[in-house]
Amino acid sequence: MRSKYKQRVDLYQYMVYIIFALVLIFFALWLGPSFFSGSNLLNITRQTAMVSVMAVAMTFVIACGQIDLSIGAVVALSALLSAWVLEKSDNLFLALLLALLVGTAVGTINGLLITFLKIPAFLATLGMMSIIRGSAMWLTATKAIAIRNDTFNYIFGMGTVAGIPIVLIWTLIALALGHVALKHLAYGKKVLAIGGNQSSALYSGIRVKQIKVIVFAVMGFASAFAGIIYAARMKTARYTYGDGDEMNVIAAVVLGGTSMAGGSGNIIGSVVGSLLLGVINNGLIIGGLDTSQQQVVRGAIIILAVALSTFRTKER
Amino acid sequence: MAEYALELSGVCKSFGGVPVLKNVDFRLRKGSICALVGGNGAGKSTLMKILTGIYTKDSGRLRVNGEEVIIRNYNEAKKYGISLIFQELSLIPTLTVAENIFLNKELRRGKFLDDKRMEEKAEKLLESLGLEVNVREKVENLSVGTCQLIEIAKALSDNTSILVMDEPTASLSDKETEILFRIVEDLKQRGISIVYISHRMKEIFRIADDITVLYGGETVAAKPVEEYTLESVIDYMLGGKQNEQLMTWKDRTAPIGKELALKVENLCVENLVKDVSFEVHQGEVVGLAGLMGSGRTEILECIFGLRRKTGGRIFLEGKEVNFRNVREAVRARVALVPEDRRREGLVLSHTLRDNMVVTNFEQVRAAGVLSAKKSNAVSEKAIRDLKIRAESANTRMVNLSGGNQQKVVIAKWMNINPKLIMMDEPTAGVDIHAKSEIIELIRGFVSQGHSVIFVSSELSEMMAVCDRIIILHDGRKTGELTHKEINSEEVLQRAIQI
Repeated sequence: MRSKYKQRVDLYQYMVYIIFALVLIFFALWLGPSFFSGSNLLNITRQTAMVSVMAVAMTFVIACGQIDLSIGAVVALSALLSAWVLEKSDNLFLALLLALLVGTAVGTINGLLITFLKIPAFLATLGMMSIIRGSAMWLTATKAIAIRNDTFNYIFGMGTVAGIPIVLIWTLIALALGHVALKHLAYGKKVLAIGGNQSSALYSGIRVKQIKVIVFAVMGFASAFAGIIYAARMKTARYTYGDGDEMNVIAAVVLGGTSMAGGSGNIIGSVVGSLLLGVINNGLIIGGLDTSQQQVVRGAIIILAVALSTFRTKER
Repeated sequence: MAEYALELSGVCKSFGGVPVLKNVDFRLRKGSICALVGGNGAGKSTLMKILTGIYTKDSGRLRVNGEEVIIRNYNEAKKYGISLIFQELSLIPTLTVAENIFLNKELRRGKFLDDKRMEEKAEKLLESLGLEVNVREKVENLSVGTCQLIEIAKALSDNTSILVMDEPTASLSDKETEILFRIVEDLKQRGISIVYISHRMKEIFRIADDITVLYGGETVAAKPVEEYTLESVIDYMLGGKQNEQLMTWKDRTAPIGKELALKVENLCVENLVKDVSFEVHQGEVVGLAGLMGSGRTEILECIFGLRRKTGGRIFLEGKEVNFRNVREAVRARVALVPEDRRREGLVLSHTLRDNMVVTNFEQVRAAGVLSAKKSNAVSEKAIRDLKIRAESANTRMVNLSGGNQQKVVIAKWMNINPKLIMMDEPTAGVDIHAKSEIIELIRGFVSQGHSVIFVSSELSEMMAVCDRIIILHDGRKTGELTHKEINSEEVLQRAIQI
């Protein structure tokens, strides 16, 4: 009985890697070498960097038993704010500071709404999503802002170090920080304990509210950083950036083996989940599917992710 | 016509090889009230769960109105006219009174719900019980007592002829209890037979016609109430005192210290704890004894910073303290092993190690990062010291038995090196072997000069380990007995029953 239970859980933990391998094999057979070229693979890591960075932070949010829908809107606001500062002053430092500060502030407010006003995370962040997206549109009267600061565009966008895209390095840094924080810091254990059994966490002396606010603040920071990457890659900022990204990020995290029920988390899985979604997008484009067909397949993948998540919850 | 509404004979049931019921007989005369009493783990709940189809019996017979039946689930029980009033209320708080009463048996007119008729019928039903409640009110806005009564109304709307009430007065005020008794009397007049489970002897002697006593999964007495005295019921409940050798007092190896570890002065918590004062010396075990709802848990949670006190003062080693949260209590090296280990004590889906380290991260940190080596060492030490039967530190809590889970909760609090540890029902749902180990653990802990506040519904345990016992009743302290003054469990039973 016992060993059977263990085996199932372990198999689930590796599910994302298995699916990832299968998808790669499928595209290799279908598309051949054009898919597996070095430049295409690096391209995928570039395209998925934003979702990956946010998926790292979202893993903590979901592991804590929460959800954040406002992240896509924060991406847009952060992109526009950094572009706006660069246009006005061309001060790189100020642009980063403002964008990251505002993103963190939005996350903190989310956290405070959820812990102190006791608004369910889904609704609090849904409302915030609308407020932030609206603010982003308002800020520029829906116009795009071009970014002419080459340093900015290089460091956060298309630059490379020894042939490796800088955004891949940013992704790996986020991955490393997230993994260490979740697995090797008391902070991560506290987040997991809250998601696993909130009243037990409270009775154990964990400051539940404080940890939740931090989790959301970090989520805001990561979303703002993703917005900066967006802006730098496109050399432009638009209010439409990040639209729908919250769903891709949640899908990546759940695909990666983090249960929506809270109490478990897997950072590496989340990033692989994000890459998997990127590979599917990329493969479908190269394969010549049109946008509508891509959407159908993507949707099927998300359902698969959720099905696996509930499958495991039932096993408990 | 059969004489008995209900006849259970030779019922056996085991869980995982451990027999819980051994050849139990139970009879309920038609139109009578039979009280079912017994200590914790005597098998009352199991027997009633078999009766209502929640568990299936391993062997034995069940007759309802003289006819042999097999009940496989709660719906079948209902079909035979058996209803259970749940200890945990089964009403849905967001629905109205009428909606709750007619839940899953809604009246219809054609395809549509007939709200008007349901409300009228619900009103009439409640009226017949002498209750004045707005049937359009949502249940969440009503008091617990009223809910309990509505729960009875709901059962009656099912054509119930046999009603099982499990501790119905546990959360009722005196006034509500009176209403309940009136209703119970009235139901009896109408020919409904009632199984009444309670720990409160006064109530039982007041309303019951017969008393059946279970002890250790066996029926030890079943006769009319007139043939019992309070003493004899208690005697039967203790299994004729056979169990005394299991939990016996052991003389202390170290004397009780002179210094006070904790002093509680006129503590008030809303209307749950009223003006309670007591002291705990260093190296002393003090018990809080009382029935459910007597304020035991609330006192502990208040000391631990989980609840706000509304009056009084708390001193720790002579200094006044006022913990606002658990962290402050932990910093002062005070620990609480909570009442419900599954809900409050553990994260069941996590490993033993992750549950262990959560109270004291400093201990397992190396260079700012959690050290797997140290975490494992702490967990393995706990496994050894507390004889936890777990494969490794990596074992998930769901795979451990109740006793071993409880040991992990105790171990995680021993981890903060507490000076004072408060244990709320640490032996509930724990097998006898683990129980004695937990008691032994407490003895070892106080011999180092630390202090313990011990709460248990099992009085024999309290007698085995407590130097002093504070008696609580309805949030008030009604007495204090030293170990010497308690020469039998009866003394203690009587004290908490007052």
